[in-house]
Amino acid sequence: MNGAGKNEPDGTPTHDPGKAPTNDPSSASRRRRHVAFVALALGATVLPLAVLAMLLGGVTLDGLGRIGWDFLTSYPSRRAARAGILPGLVGSISLISLTAALAVPIGVGAAVYLEEYGKRTRIARIIELNIANLAGVPSVIYGLLGLGVFVRTLGMGRSLLAGACTLALLVLPIVIVASREALKNVPDSTREACLALGSTRWQAIRQVVLPMAFPEILTGVILAVSRAIGETAPLVVIGALAYVTFLPDGVLAPFTTLPIQIFDWVSRPQQSFAVNAAAGIVVLMGTLLALNGVAIGLRARLQRRKA
Amino acid sequence: MTSFVGERLRARAARFGGFSTVCAAVSLIGALGCGRGPTGEGGSSGAVITIDGSSTVYPISEAVAEEFQSKNAGSRVTVGRSGTGGGFQKLCRGEIAIAGASRPITAAEIEACRRANVEWIELPVAYDGLAVVVNPQNTWATSITVAELKRMWEPEAQARVMRWSQVREGWPDEPLRLFGAGVDSGTYDYFTKAIVGREHASRGDYTSSEDDNVLVQGIAGDRLAIGFFGLAYYEENRSRLRVVPVDDGDASNGAGPITPSQDTVSRGTYQPLARPIFVYVRKAALASDAALARFVEFYVQNAGRLAPETGYVPLPARAYELAAARLRARTTGSLFSGGSQIGVTIEQLLAREAR
Repeated sequence: MNGAGKNEPDGTPTHDPGKAPTNDPSSASRRRRHVAFVALALGATVLPLAVLAMLLGGVTLDGLGRIGWDFLTSYPSRRAARAGILPGLVGSISLISLTAALAVPIGVGAAVYLEEYGKRTRIARIIELNIANLAGVPSVIYGLLGLGVFVRTLGMGRSLLAGACTLALLVLPIVIVASREALKNVPDSTREACLALGSTRWQAIRQVVLPMAFPEILTGVILAVSRAIGETAPLVVIGALAYVTFLPDGVLAPFTTLPIQIFDWVSRPQQSFAVNAAAGIVVLMGTLLALNGVAIGLRARLQRRKA
Repeated sequence: MTSFVGERLRARAARFGGFSTVCAAVSLIGALGCGRGPTGEGGSSGAVITIDGSSTVYPISEAVAEEFQSKNAGSRVTVGRSGTGGGFQKLCRGEIAIAGASRPITAAEIEACRRANVEWIELPVAYDGLAVVVNPQNTWATSITVAELKRMWEPEAQARVMRWSQVREGWPDEPLRLFGAGVDSGTYDYFTKAIVGREHASRGDYTSSEDDNVLVQGIAGDRLAIGFFGLAYYEENRSRLRVVPVDDGDASNGAGPITPSQDTVSRGTYQPLARPIFVYVRKAALASDAALARFVEFYVQNAGRLAPETGYVPLPARAYELAAARLRARTTGSLFSGGSQIGVTIEQLLAREAR
């Protein structure tokens, strides 16, 4: 995951195992290749950033003028100029918080079991393979699962809770994989030291291993939240609404989210709704940035404490 | 040292215990939800009026809900847009009170409702015109007949009718590029039934999108393009597109090519590419929920006024009167036993039943 920093080309000629070290010509060609590679790497970094900047810039130009206190605190309307994004904003934030509250404990728990307790049996390998595969399942499939299990069988209805459970399933593989990586990066000597001091396995995990791994686990949580907040398809399938004029008053309340509201506005014929959609996208990005900012701040604090 | 570790451990365990209590509480609330139905079947004034279904009908339902809530403080209406098929499924499971539909209910859906013992009332709320549209630089296609549209779109045309000159003699010998609704949409179903004659039958080699704005972009950027989509999308993009008048070869509803407009669609002269859109209301919910009954009445009374604001065409006043009568009499069942009816106005269908 974070191995990239170790093999950065730094310009000093190192031993190239492919060729016997010779004099000038090879050195010059090596330098040329080095420069070409740096240029390539730079291009690979700049190009996506430029595309992103263009997209964000365009959307911001289109939407920024529309964003104001009214837009953030109004309910949707058939008149684009009066329409606001409040139910989507509140819905998205509550949905994501609930999703994280469900997915993080379960995901970290699964990772702790697989990494710290589970034996390397064939069943464990099958479980691992399946977790990796689940990460690639299209999100709409999770929506169908959520509709069948949470909305209908468990009777949660078209509620925030059903949506959060569905999204929690969706991001669980990301949380598990990232948490396992984090736990793997805690050196075994640390665990052994704990055990040598007489702590139980659980004490070692709880007090030493998990705190050490936590900053990296948070990275996984950030990835998971970023994925979940943009999801539309599974929520439409489980029956999230597009038009709600009241805020959720509990986990069983009906809800809408920012992406659903944006999707609706984008599909309208009127140009004024397209402006609303652009403004909605800016709000969505701001929300994502704020949520991740909290996680990144937390991670920085933990890393400082660790150091 | 050990006692210190133990102290910290207990403190953390207590915090962790607090967290699991929260988790348990959340799942308990979830479990309690089992007992209650997901929708407001109760009929109290605080109940939520639930609408879902077609994304085509969604803007009208949204407008009606907005108006109703502004006139009835405290009422709560929610509208979803999970598609016509999804809406009927939810209606027949009793999960919602009203389903919006951009096509009449199918035989399979009628059967599913009957098995679940759900009775419903079908109410037409507006017309949606489908406009046939070309690029403004297209100088030749000044009108088109239904037969010519069929020649372009029928399954047999695939890989064969590829040039404008093959559609009508005198049109340029240049490539023909087709744009249309995606095959999963109600718009596609209606267009194929009206033009090709069979629902869901057309050539496959055309540019399709579920998003009409994408089709607008495509046609606005291609001199040789022709396509179809909702009239509202043409009206919002008049400067970039040109609409083609359609001749259905039937002089009884207006002779010659007819340009789609609020007027021609409403009077039924723009045929066959004008379709009614509906809401289906669960009858049992109407009886138990007074607020819902008021809302549906409000819907039928105001749909005509709100339809143009959202890009649709109102039905004739007489059709709304007949629909209101249908609602008052709680008449269940569909006017369209055999799917979409082409070339018949909704007014004629309602009148036929009223007789």
